[in-house]
Amino acid sequence: MSNDPAPLLVVRDLKTYFFLDEGTVRAVDGVDFAVHPGQVVGIVGESGCGKSVTVKSVMRLVQRPGRLVAGTIRFRPSSQSAQRWPLAPDGTLDLAALDPQGPIMRAIRGGEIALIPQEPMAAFSPVHTIGNQIVEAIRLHQDVDRQTAWEWGVERLAEVGIPSPAQRMRAYSWELSGGLRQRAMIAMALACGPRLLIADEPTTAIDVTTQAQILTLLRALQEQHNMAIIFITHDLGVIAQIADHVVVMYLGRVMEAGPVEEIFLRPQHPYTRALLRSIPSIHTPSRTLLPTIQGSIPHPFNRPAGCPFHPRCGDFVPGLCDRNTPEPVPVSPTQTVSCHLYTGELHGEPIPDRSSPA
Amino acid sequence: MANPSQTAPPLLEVQHLCKYFPVRAGLLRRQVGEIRAVDDVSFAVYPGETLGLVGESGCGKTTTARCILRALAPTSGAILFRTQEGTVVDLAPLSEAELRPLRREMQMIFQDPFASLNPRMTLFDIVGEPLLVLGRMRDRQQRMDRVAELLEMVGLRPEYMRRYPHAFSGGQRQRIVIARALALNPRLVVADEPVSALDVSVQAQVLNLMLRLQQELGLTYIFVAHDLSVVKHFCDRVAVMYVGKLVELAPTRSLFFQPRHPYTAALMAAVPVPDPRLRGKMQPLEGEVPSPANPPSGCYFHPRCPHAVEICSQEPPRLQEIAPGHFVSCHRAQELELVGVDAAEVPGHEG
Amino acid sequence: MSTPDPAPAHRPPTPRTSSTLPQEAEAFYVAPNWKLVWWRFKRHRLALVSAVLLGFIALVALVPDFFSTQDPHASSKTESFIPVQRLHLFDQGRFRPFVYGVVGQRNPRTLRMEWVIDPEVKIPVRFFARGYEYKILGLIPFDRHLIGVEFPGDEGKIHLLGTDRLGRDQWSRLMHGTQVSLSIGLVAVFLSIFLGILMGGISGYYGGVVDLVIQRLIEILQSLPPIPIWMALTAAMPRDWSVEQVYFAITVILSLIGWTTLGREVRGRFLSLREEDFVVAARLSGCSEMRIIFRHMLPAFMSHIIAASTLAIPVMIINETFLSFLGLGLRPPAISWGVLLQEAQNLQSIALAPWLLLPGLAVIVTVLALNILGDGLRDAADPYR
Repeated sequence: MSNDPAPLLVVRDLKTYFFLDEGTVRAVDGVDFAVHPGQVVGIVGESGCGKSVTVKSVMRLVQRPGRLVAGTIRFRPSSQSAQRWPLAPDGTLDLAALDPQGPIMRAIRGGEIALIPQEPMAAFSPVHTIGNQIVEAIRLHQDVDRQTAWEWGVERLAEVGIPSPAQRMRAYSWELSGGLRQRAMIAMALACGPRLLIADEPTTAIDVTTQAQILTLLRALQEQHNMAIIFITHDLGVIAQIADHVVVMYLGRVMEAGPVEEIFLRPQHPYTRALLRSIPSIHTPSRTLLPTIQGSIPHPFNRPAGCPFHPRCGDFVPGLCDRNTPEPVPVSPTQTVSCHLYTGELHGEPIPDRSSPA
Repeated sequence: MANPSQTAPPLLEVQHLCKYFPVRAGLLRRQVGEIRAVDDVSFAVYPGETLGLVGESGCGKTTTARCILRALAPTSGAILFRTQEGTVVDLAPLSEAELRPLRREMQMIFQDPFASLNPRMTLFDIVGEPLLVLGRMRDRQQRMDRVAELLEMVGLRPEYMRRYPHAFSGGQRQRIVIARALALNPRLVVADEPVSALDVSVQAQVLNLMLRLQQELGLTYIFVAHDLSVVKHFCDRVAVMYVGKLVELAPTRSLFFQPRHPYTAALMAAVPVPDPRLRGKMQPLEGEVPSPANPPSGCYFHPRCPHAVEICSQEPPRLQEIAPGHFVSCHRAQELELVGVDAAEVPGHEG
Repeated sequence: MSTPDPAPAHRPPTPRTSSTLPQEAEAFYVAPNWKLVWWRFKRHRLALVSAVLLGFIALVALVPDFFSTQDPHASSKTESFIPVQRLHLFDQGRFRPFVYGVVGQRNPRTLRMEWVIDPEVKIPVRFFARGYEYKILGLIPFDRHLIGVEFPGDEGKIHLLGTDRLGRDQWSRLMHGTQVSLSIGLVAVFLSIFLGILMGGISGYYGGVVDLVIQRLIEILQSLPPIPIWMALTAAMPRDWSVEQVYFAITVILSLIGWTTLGREVRGRFLSLREEDFVVAARLSGCSEMRIIFRHMLPAFMSHIIAASTLAIPVMIINETFLSFLGLGLRPPAISWGVLLQEAQNLQSIALAPWLLLPGLAVIVTVLALNILGDGLRDAADPYR
């Protein structure tokens, strides 16, 4: 799947900065990744890594004082929409060059790229029924009458596993339980048959047992519709369960990217390796000291120079890591790492054996 | 880690603890119902051990923890605490004034280190407050020495005591919270989700610190968490709660490898494991956690339970000891064959 | 803002951006609450300007006589409705402030006095000039004024804002009005803060029936239409009360009605703070209720109270002005902004002497400045996001 010749979305050198009184926060600072049709790309990272801002930038939802300052976001719209839009010769559209409030971007948002927000309570209006909101969403993007849109809405609710969907269409969001509300949110995101679904920490606010349901549902829907999903989370367990391709971010930069098996079983970047070692799993021995990553994530105003991870890195090379920012280097046909251990700048020293983790 | 000796008398014994919150409505705030946040919960905690309290939202684990420390007044039940002198005191009916001398023996670590430190006080004032108020340590220099010692113990520099909490990251703040909790050498520390608000890369630091301090100071922990992996790693025994009730209590190994309650098994099956080879093993449970204001009849878990039979919807099960130290509250505990974490199929994660 | 030092001893120190030197960072780490509030407030330029402006206005309110040019009560039948005299700073290219004299001529048709500028007469203006005697803060006798004429006399008066119907100097009256209006606003707000904290605190602390009663009382007070209440209360004031008594009564009336909003705010903060983890932690540390309230809870909402009261002062000022304008508040010979504006009540006098509306400008400027300052304080009040 991931070797599909025509990617759905290609983000190159994306930079989104926030211009605050205290200084500039480089929330996203040169991020590259691609999403292929039918692929689940997981973006994983801790607080301040820029994962949310990255997808907000893709959807062009970044608000002042934030601004997209550089980069391209090449998106391949569906064939029927493509006829109406001025595409590049390769059939893509650079979202970064579009007016965020313009008609094309508005048509893409919700129509071609849909978002499942973290907090479903805040995403639904409490004064309109769920049905009315779904119908409105459908009719914004499709030229159908109310009756048809309503029927589609009922179908969508049934599809996401909401019992008695026709009745639920008339319910208000606050009448539903947390899990059902999250399902309704997914139904609404699916309403217009988007090609790309962005899920921004969709399971962070819900319980483990409900989370398992939602993850299973998302996987099933993705296979049925052959949709692509960008799944954002800080939970490595969730990423391992849902993603095909993983992008590991730290302080606005991609540290490592590759297929889920390679990231989890053969991690190459010191950050990924340390992170995976430091989390207690149900399978690690009990009551032993865990290997830790020293220090804490720097405040965004105080970004370290060079590689952002170097002050906490066990493989820190003085004079190199704190000066030069490493660029992504391929370490296998599918996996890239941004680390000086692999950039070839480390002359004279043998590259440590990275074939087995830990 | 020394195994906690369960032959010693328990440090804390919770008996039939209940905490009901009234539901009020109308102009005169008349009580129209109640939420049974904690409903007839009993367990014991032995000196030197770590007891985990696990469950999903609304299961009453935090309320139980706060009742034990009497940050909340329980509705009924007894909280028997064995003091330093060896006398057993029931904390439940005590007034705030009567509790004050006992407070030095039990302390709390909070979930959100951004909310649990007063932003207007320096580290010295924060960590030194229990020393001043409960410890009657009036001498400033003496207090400074002790605060410095405490800060060093949790891995912070003593010079930091002039700073305010806003100078620190989440993980460092949690260390400050721990330092404050340990100021008066407590014997029981209740940790309410101490790492769930922290970044993944910092969680291990705090867990290691708590483990080290337990070994050095002989602390007893009650560890409230929703993350089963952390609980498995950190606890000697685990109590699982569901909608205000205790459903299973067992030593960590037996709970994880041989769960006897269907909810425990379902909870473990729902945990996403950070290993792509174990994909598709996740078995989601049907339905959702019911509201404690309006729980189902009989066993609260029966509408979601794959093993439910007729009696489950009619009669609430009682907590019974089905193996030494293994308590379950399920009608079918004896007959069910449940799957926990299967040690055999776990691929060596560390390669 | 910057990050705490993450580097353990055996690591090379974290490189820092040039804007956050270690010393500056340490100053930030050890900065108490008021300093953080000040740093945040400083960034709000407009609020800073407002604060400076209000400082000047407060100075005027403190020693209005120093800023006056004439006795505000001195009237002269022959000098009514003199228009604004423009202050010229330069005379033939040299700094020598003066005003042109005015000559009154009766219009033969309308029989009104009309004042025309006499370019022949230049009345020199001096700073720190000697004038009528007064006492600073009612204590120290003094006779200097910020501006005045060199030779006080019939010819040499200046009226920077013209005169009113009775020939009283509008500028001097505005200065004295500032004192009265501002102090009423300030005192009324202090009284309502006191009432608000007391009632809100009792309500939030005891809860239960007490809370219920106080909350219903607030609702009743807030549902009363203010104008009839004011009318009733002022009507109840004896006519023969002195200016001081009326002044005091107005203040009390304003604050009796004005405390409710603050009371609600205090109660709300109190209730939410009780549940805060750091307050629970203080209780678990064995703190007494008094220590919890005064050490942990009160400081946490003090800055909000200050911001809220700054926003309440302009409301009080407007209310006083409004009452006096309607003739329900202060009455002449007392001078307040409302009393001054009362002079401009009828259309005829506005047409004849539009400068009588100028005190309205003072009200607008002061109220705006207070609102902007209050906004700035409110934004800065909680520096811990």
